[in-house]
Amino acid sequence: MEDYILLAVGAILVNNILLIQYLGNCPFLGTSKSMDNATGMAMAVVFVLALAGIVTWIFEAVFLKPLGLEYIRTIVFIVVIAALVQFVEIFMKKSMPALYAGLGIFLPLITTNCAVMGVCLINIKEEYNFLEMLVSSLAYPAGFGLALILFAGLRERIIIGRVPGPLQDVAIALVTAGFMSLSFLGFKGMI
Amino acid sequence: MAKTIVQEFTKGLWEEIPPFRLVLGLCPVLAVTKTVANGVGMGVAATFVLVCSNVLVSMLRNIIPSQVRVPCFIIIIATFVVVVELVMQAFTYPLFLQLGIFIPLIVVNCVILGRAEAFASKNPPVASIADGLGIGVGFTIALGALAGIREAFGAGTISVPFSDTVIQLFGPSFQPFTFMVEAPGAFVCLGLMLAVMNLAGK
Repeated sequence: MEDYILLAVGAILVNNILLIQYLGNCPFLGTSKSMDNATGMAMAVVFVLALAGIVTWIFEAVFLKPLGLEYIRTIVFIVVIAALVQFVEIFMKKSMPALYAGLGIFLPLITTNCAVMGVCLINIKEEYNFLEMLVSSLAYPAGFGLALILFAGLRERIIIGRVPGPLQDVAIALVTAGFMSLSFLGFKGMI
Repeated sequence: MAKTIVQEFTKGLWEEIPPFRLVLGLCPVLAVTKTVANGVGMGVAATFVLVCSNVLVSMLRNIIPSQVRVPCFIIIIATFVVVVELVMQAFTYPLFLQLGIFIPLIVVNCVILGRAEAFASKNPPVASIADGLGIGVGFTIALGALAGIREAFGAGTISVPFSDTVIQLFGPSFQPFTFMVEAPGAFVCLGLMLAVMNLAGK
């Protein structure tokens, strides 16, 4: 039990996927201009990653490893993730229109979100068993959401402030992300 | 659209240089620029995938139905990423280990998908090669430059790409500025470089 808690804390804070592992930075900068978008993106990532983690792990365990096909993992995973995202979109549109209205525009973007693919690959690389994989597939996107929502809060304030010309928009956002990352680095001593 | 092949190539070096002008594909930019050797290695791998996928997408542009074009592009890109993965594993094994999961993650690099969608799917193969090569070289230069700054300050060295040579820049009393090679340094350094580019562009 303790191992799983450590794994979860590690994935959320110590190895935060956005600020320490540098995965998923495009949506991080793209959707953090408003709090609504950031929340939508964070929820979509949590939802898809939990599913994608499970499905890709099963694919690896059932097909790729026994058949010795690990070298085409990249193709298989990206196709699985793309298909999954499409399926989730269709399913949500039909049966959960309210949720679809909130997450709809973020879903197609998730296919090319390196956080999703990245966590699926980390799960395989670290040779997690099923439970560990489940914890990591939930904790990493939780960390993603935490960082994204905190960052969106900061960015909403920065827009009001007076920023020097050349630093405007993305440049100041990156510098801000740097200092957030510095504070997350402080969690390193926890584990 | 009456641009020459040379113009298609050179626009990737300044006008549309990723990740500065096109703010795409940031993950590898931040993650693998601890040393120049890693940064340039990543740039070359991405350039190879970019050029090959641009050519294939361009040749197939009239065959692929537009409704399913994005999945098709992704599969084309993924194929070349696997090629790069296997080639690097065979010939540059230390670099392969250093870059780790960032090699398979080239498949989700938005620069490559972005060029397939925005350029190669609308233009003939030769122009697409020039475009892919230009953007790829621009990307490599950007990675190399960022890695150069980070490595010089953070470790006091410059590692020469594709060899084991490491050049010491400073004397023995040099204290490394470790901030630069850690995660926050990457963000701050890229942000400041972007600001300098904005200043130069105006």
